[in-house]
Amino acid sequence: MTVAATTKTGVRPSWAGRRPHAPTWVGTVPFLAYVAIFLLWPTGIVVIDALKNPDGAWAFSNVSEFGNPLIRGYFIGSFKLCLLSAAAGSVLGAILAYAVASGDPDGLIRRLYLSVSGVLAQFGGVTLAFAFLVTIGPVGLLFHASWYFDFPWGIGLIYTYFQIPLMVLVFMPAIDGLKVQWREASENLGSSAWQYWRYVGGPLLAPAFLGGALLLFANALSAFATIQAWENQIAYIVPQQISTAMSSEVGLSSVNEASLLALGLVIMVAVVMTIYALLQRRAARWLR
Amino acid sequence: MNALVTAAKKEGTLNVIALPPTWANYGTIINTFEKKYGITVNSTLPDGTSQQEVDAVKQENGSPKAPDVLDIGLAVALANTKLFAPYEVSTWSDIPAAQKDPSGLWYEDYGGYMAIGYESKFGTITSLSQLLTPKFKGAVALNGNPTAANAALNGVMLANLAEGGTPSNISKGVAFFHQLKQVGNFNPISATGATIKAGSTPVVFNWDYLNLSSYVGVPGWKVFVPSGVALGGYYAQAINKNAPHPAAARLWEEFLYSQASTGGQNLWLQGGARPVEQQAMTSAGTIDTSAATALPTVSGTPVFLSQSQSSDAATYLATNWANAVG
Repeated sequence: MTVAATTKTGVRPSWAGRRPHAPTWVGTVPFLAYVAIFLLWPTGIVVIDALKNPDGAWAFSNVSEFGNPLIRGYFIGSFKLCLLSAAAGSVLGAILAYAVASGDPDGLIRRLYLSVSGVLAQFGGVTLAFAFLVTIGPVGLLFHASWYFDFPWGIGLIYTYFQIPLMVLVFMPAIDGLKVQWREASENLGSSAWQYWRYVGGPLLAPAFLGGALLLFANALSAFATIQAWENQIAYIVPQQISTAMSSEVGLSSVNEASLLALGLVIMVAVVMTIYALLQRRAARWLR
Repeated sequence: MNALVTAAKKEGTLNVIALPPTWANYGTIINTFEKKYGITVNSTLPDGTSQQEVDAVKQENGSPKAPDVLDIGLAVALANTKLFAPYEVSTWSDIPAAQKDPSGLWYEDYGGYMAIGYESKFGTITSLSQLLTPKFKGAVALNGNPTAANAALNGVMLANLAEGGTPSNISKGVAFFHQLKQVGNFNPISATGATIKAGSTPVVFNWDYLNLSSYVGVPGWKVFVPSGVALGGYYAQAINKNAPHPAAARLWEEFLYSQASTGGQNLWLQGGARPVEQQAMTSAGTIDTSAATALPTVSGTPVFLSQSQSSDAATYLATNWANAVG
């Protein structure tokens, strides 16, 4: 193998000495610019609009709207739906991930499951709602049910359709990180299967599991198109009410209300993602 | 008029927004206009709401893609008159005085009456209370969320009037939908052409021109209007004050308000919508009589919600709708 494009040892290219060294942060400028334009700027607009009245004057009293039982109802609805779909999605997803991971690491089943999960985790929105509609809706192919209109149970079930595959994807690396030697070691020390899970496997997987559950929670928080296509005659969750506040043609549209609701969501996501980051830091200790 | 046609042809393009091709015959109307004048019509956001139309006018102000003309709900039109340019079409005097702005900022274009469309498998509906029977389990839907969509608000109002309520107090309509929800007959799926065709929303409260068998594409689709309840609603036209194609915009309005057999008024009528100049055209004999007789019959004195009745209804719904059917 020839190494062509190198200079002779000790001979520096003539321009090498003159080139100024760029500060190390320069490399992050594109990323920071991207974050500023697509994350910080819009968030700033939301915060500012949330604290103004329709005439454009400051109205910090808008925040008191969070005490309004109607507004609180949308947040409670969002919280219920996220909690339910995240709990069901993370438990079932973790079990499925464990089942798949305990098979052949290069086997067909595993590759199949991972790629299918990758697709299904993104399968949401109108297509998902329609798929359920034609399967179990009023004229469904399988059966006709009406319980699925129930909030949050019915719609929560539909959400698990993309929550479980997402959990499989995020939880699989943690299970792969469980070394078989640890199991052998604990068995050599005379532990039962229960003791292994209670004192070794469980504590090791707990941060990754909770982190995955929180990710699912945040994922459900922003999922809007599915429920909107499924039942849009009532606003159950915050994003639906934001849509109503943005597009009402009967005189109830208010950019400020929409922004205030969005601000509430930003706060919810910030809390969830902070906890997620803390858990990830803990999980990362042994996942290397 | 000739000068207008020349100027419009020179612009060559017209931007329209929120005009579904199957809604009130807009597909044919746009095609006829394009053919007649050789002007390209750019149709954006066909399923948009009135509020989204206004937002587009504001956000795209100054851009060549901004909407030139709007077909808009009256509540939104009244709240945004400062965005419109006044214009009076040549048939201006045939538009009833109550249905236009005196200075020409907006003018109603077509409308209809609220009706309940349903699949023929339910037999014949003769009263609203029938909808509470077990036969209609999970079947009865509105066209959207009544706190957001005008057609849905009027759907609740229709039930309200049929239940003996008044236009200024919608509470009986909300109570009716609460009952529907309790017996399990309320269907929260948003009724669109697709859901009706798929059979997912077999009973729909909607404007009569959206409840035509030909529009929903369901053979045998029937329409029921509670007796003595004629709840009407009209949309309005307006021209964007900063329209990128001002002449084409005005020519479009002239076309829409033309009483010719292939003019906008008769084309709307063929789509099942009642054109605003219908009465004048009936007297003048310019109306397409076969299309006019095909309209569903309504009885009773027509009721049109005033601005304050409409906003009172919206306010009541904002606080009570979610609890009633949630």
